[in-house]
Amino acid sequence: MVQPRTAEAGGPLPVAAEGAFSPAWYRPLLHFVRGKPLGTASAVVLALMVLIAVLAPLLSPFDPLVHDNAYELQGPSSQHVFGTDQYGRDVLSRIIYGARTSLYVGTGATLLGIGLAVVIGTASAYFGGAFDYAVQRVVDTVQAIPALILLITILVILGPSLTNVIIALSIRSAMVTSRVVRGSALAVLAQPFIDAGRLLGASHQRLIGRYIVPNIMAPVIVLASINFGGNILAEASLSFLGYGVPPPTASWGGMLSAEGRAYMFAAPWLLIAPTVVLTLVVFASNMFGDALRDVLDPRLRGAGNSAAT
Amino acid sequence: MTRYIARRLLGMIPTFLVLLFLAVAMLRFIPGDIVDLMLEGQSGAHNVNRTLLEHRLGLDQSLPGQYVHYTAGVLHGDLGRSLWNQQDVAGLIAQRLPPTLEMVGLAVLISLILAVPIGTISAVRQDSVLDYALRSAAILGLSVPNFALATMVLIFPALWFHWTPPLNYKSLTADPLANLGQLIIPALILGVGLSASIVRLLRATMLEVLREDFIRTAWSKGLRERTIVLRHCARNALIPVVTLFGIQLAFLISGSVIMEQIFAVPGVGRLLLDAISQRDYPVVQGVTVIVALWVLVINLVVDVSYVYLDPRLRLA
Repeated sequence: MVQPRTAEAGGPLPVAAEGAFSPAWYRPLLHFVRGKPLGTASAVVLALMVLIAVLAPLLSPFDPLVHDNAYELQGPSSQHVFGTDQYGRDVLSRIIYGARTSLYVGTGATLLGIGLAVVIGTASAYFGGAFDYAVQRVVDTVQAIPALILLITILVILGPSLTNVIIALSIRSAMVTSRVVRGSALAVLAQPFIDAGRLLGASHQRLIGRYIVPNIMAPVIVLASINFGGNILAEASLSFLGYGVPPPTASWGGMLSAEGRAYMFAAPWLLIAPTVVLTLVVFASNMFGDALRDVLDPRLRGAGNSAAT
Repeated sequence: MTRYIARRLLGMIPTFLVLLFLAVAMLRFIPGDIVDLMLEGQSGAHNVNRTLLEHRLGLDQSLPGQYVHYTAGVLHGDLGRSLWNQQDVAGLIAQRLPPTLEMVGLAVLISLILAVPIGTISAVRQDSVLDYALRSAAILGLSVPNFALATMVLIFPALWFHWTPPLNYKSLTADPLANLGQLIIPALILGVGLSASIVRLLRATMLEVLREDFIRTAWSKGLRERTIVLRHCARNALIPVVTLFGIQLAFLISGSVIMEQIFAVPGVGRLLLDAISQRDYPVVQGVTVIVALWVLVINLVVDVSYVYLDPRLRLA
């Protein structure tokens, strides 16, 4: 009697009954949800964050920027669920709008960074030779400079603003991620169908765009999910030091910065709310990235590519 | 082996040259005329006129000329002079390096002390309640941002016990106890974050090693679990951990910049932040070059030690 093939971590693969609902994406999704419960929960948390960020004007009880001198440094109450800060701004509203900042930075920097990384990495792998060597030396250098130092230097050059934070973050992550992309592209380039394409007379653009890039999407997706959490954390660190999103824009890292620290001794709730949301979002994106990587490309599991870094 | 080391050293040279180029070119990317900016009183440079400032910043030369000049200087150990107090940049950095090195070194030590037992236990008792508890703690440890953790350490003991961490720096030679007392807390925070990554990696590699045939042979020989884990597994499992250190060093330094700011440690990170806010560009250049060079050297050491630790690589 032949046993149904058992999935490594999800029990037997779901078998569709006659006439059951079964579009192409349903089975892999079910597999993921069954096999990676923690990853699924993390994905839900991240989706919630996106929802909150998008619906911020509807959800937030107060305007996060409006000072209210009558209500400074109030503890949690029925009116201000998370209390107020030193200017009387509602902390809950600032947390909700802070989700917006994190989302902008997270998606913007990740998309831009990954896009650039794919371009740089595939070009480096495809053209090879001196071009590849030069690009890799620059990547080495950028990787050697600690992230925060590089980001602060770039932001000093560009000036503080949300857009510039996104640009700075994408420059760095593009450089560092292009390494992994280059590795994957090199692996794809070694395969025979690339030679077949060349013999058919495919142009450079066609070879790169149609032959290489579609085959490296799995590691790229994993890298994107890992970078998402990293970028949010980096933006928080930058805002904490005062080089990130300029005040008064709400930012979770900024809420913990030196500006408010003096008041935290009297008002500890100023500290708890941003810390909890930051931890939650970083945790969720780490877990989701790990789960995605386990499913899509276990070969990426290694010292440098874990969401743990 | 020596050929490998020589090859790697030679390979580092182009990277170092690119690094110097970036450091020199950095000044020129700043939009607007930085000399005007500085003369408008935004920086600490005083008693200088425009030509002198341009000369100090190297802007009166062409970019290639400035690059050659700076590189020649670096090779002699001359990194320029601070605009703020005319002090020699190299000397300034040398002064501030010990606290940072000490903090990072302590962090690495703490992370190893924490991570190696936890990772080993987690792997040996896989999927037990203890394993899940330890793993969750590890992941929590690396999800809490280090600046948030540091702020909590600063605030909550002050609120509950009326105690703040010591914020006056005493050097290790002058007063070791006070020195350690100040540095141990930021080192702990950094170390906890680092140990989380190590626990995860160690657990994964240990699990792989435990499945190997030679371990099964050891079991069948009747060796005790402790002997097998400590003498046979640990050695193999620790090798990727060494590589992890090289990768994490850059993150550690970023973290130490934050810790130095919060805990008032007079290290290289604080120097950099102060120099940035004062527009003291020669110092910013110098610190960036030194720190990046340090990361490159440590990575070289890690790669070389990797070959040394794993005999299989020596034959390659």
